[in-house]
Amino acid sequence: MKIEARHERGVTIIEPKGKITIGVGDVALREAVAEALEAGARNILADLGGVTTIDSSGIGELVSAYTSVSNRGGKLKLVNLPPKVTDILQITQLISVFEVHDSVEEALASFD
Amino acid sequence: MRAAMRSEEPQVRISIGSRFEHIDLIQVVVDDALARLGLDDDSRHWVGIAIREAVANAIKHGNQQDPDKEVEVELAIADDQAVIRVIDQGDGFDPQEVGDPLAPENLLKPNGRGIFYMKSFMDEIEYSTRPDGGTVVTLRKQLVEVLAP
Repeated sequence: MKIEARHERGVTIIEPKGKITIGVGDVALREAVAEALEAGARNILADLGGVTTIDSSGIGELVSAYTSVSNRGGKLKLVNLPPKVTDILQITQLISVFEVHDSVEEALASFD
Repeated sequence: MRAAMRSEEPQVRISIGSRFEHIDLIQVVVDDALARLGLDDDSRHWVGIAIREAVANAIKHGNQQDPDKEVEVELAIADDQAVIRVIDQGDGFDPQEVGDPLAPENLLKPNGRGIFYMKSFMDEIEYSTRPDGGTVVTLRKQLVEVLAP
């Protein structure tokens, strides 16, 4: 899995697609966040609209990314959550940890 | 079609080497079998996640990612339940050692949620140890909708 990244209004938007699962998508997500931080990104928006499956490793990578970005004084926010991703975040009470938005425009405005 | 068999004779048995990329293969095969047994799309998605977690644990914690060690997955039907067993060749595992992922001190830990997801998505989950030390995880899911009285 190669995760596309783009920049809008000072925010790095990453768009993982397909499965974020152990050994495959989780590694790609880790690398995408690390690359963004190395390139100087402070605020990251993860657009999860194209994610079909996420497992505990994928959730773990989202949590790690949240911590890494927060430790650098930035924010990691989520947008376009598919219902099953919302469900899996709710079950482990992580939905209250992440700031979640319904649209990219709304999410970008929240960083201003 | 509904499951009518009462025995736990496996309908499906697959062995894989301990590589994460093989998890997709298991999920596809078990998903197809569960679809033919009448389990709906939504339930199959969550059962699929639970199986992924069990197999990932068997590969990572059980077999320590040794590709020469196998993970065996069996699907059987008993009393209108799908019974999935995931068997590794590791040194055994105590699920009690895993902390509660909902505890405030664990909420932002990157790992420790796999068993919790399995328990959330299945009706029953049980751990046992084989005489030779490998761990057997048994996951059960009701196939037939239970009607309210």
